[in-house]
Amino acid sequence: MADNVKPRVRVPKTASKDEVITIKTLISHQMESGQRKDKDGKVIPRSIINRMTVEFNGQSVLDMTLEPAISTNPYVEFQAKVPESGEFKFTWYDDDGSVYEDVQKIEVA
Amino acid sequence: LAGLPLRVLAQAAAPAAQPEMTADQWVAEFAGGAEVTDGDGVTLTAPEIAENGNTVPISVDAPGATEILLVASGNPVPGVAKFTFGPLAGNQAVSTRVRLAKTQDVMAIAKFTDGKVVRAKSNVKVTIGGCGG
Repeated sequence: MADNVKPRVRVPKTASKDEVITIKTLISHQMESGQRKDKDGKVIPRSIINRMTVEFNGQSVLDMTLEPAISTNPYVEFQAKVPESGEFKFTWYDDDGSVYEDVQKIEVA
Repeated sequence: LAGLPLRVLAQAAAPAAQPEMTADQWVAEFAGGAEVTDGDGVTLTAPEIAENGNTVPISVDAPGATEILLVASGNPVPGVAKFTFGPLAGNQAVSTRVRLAKTQDVMAIAKFTDGKVVRAKSNVKVTIGGCGG
């Protein structure tokens, strides 16, 4: 069911120490709510991304639980503090068991 | 809010109804027994009118909160999302896009380290519902 799932993440390439930066994430996903019916009146089973986590060098930034009310192609914008150079790791968990990951490096000058 | 207990009863009595939690139950579970107050500390930003309920931009800002729950009281599943902020969160603010089935109150409930649970509410008029089938 999880076709063409593609994460897109925007993280600045550089920051100063302890700078608060804005991160934008979007992952293409149909987020089938489990509320819709097909032509025969049968309920289309729920199939969504139910969790997204963001870590920086192993420390948590954000842990989000998603319900069917999150729109198609879930978009989340938030801010993170950058104490040092390192990597942001983004992980999305699909109802079907799939896990999608993206990693973005940032350099602290 | 006076009508809500009735709705809970009505739902429990209907055998065909799915065992879906009501908006109040979502809030109560999140609050974990703490009193939920309406007040300062949580800012919920939502459009007054959403032409398309399929994608309604919602922002919430609750400085110092540990967790925020978003609830859409008029949706088939009232829970929308829960945000837990880690030690490297830059602040306690997030923006996302949600589905709203009809005109309704959207709520953001924030939990703080001192145990306080604060709610902000915003009415959104929806022209085209976002749960259609």
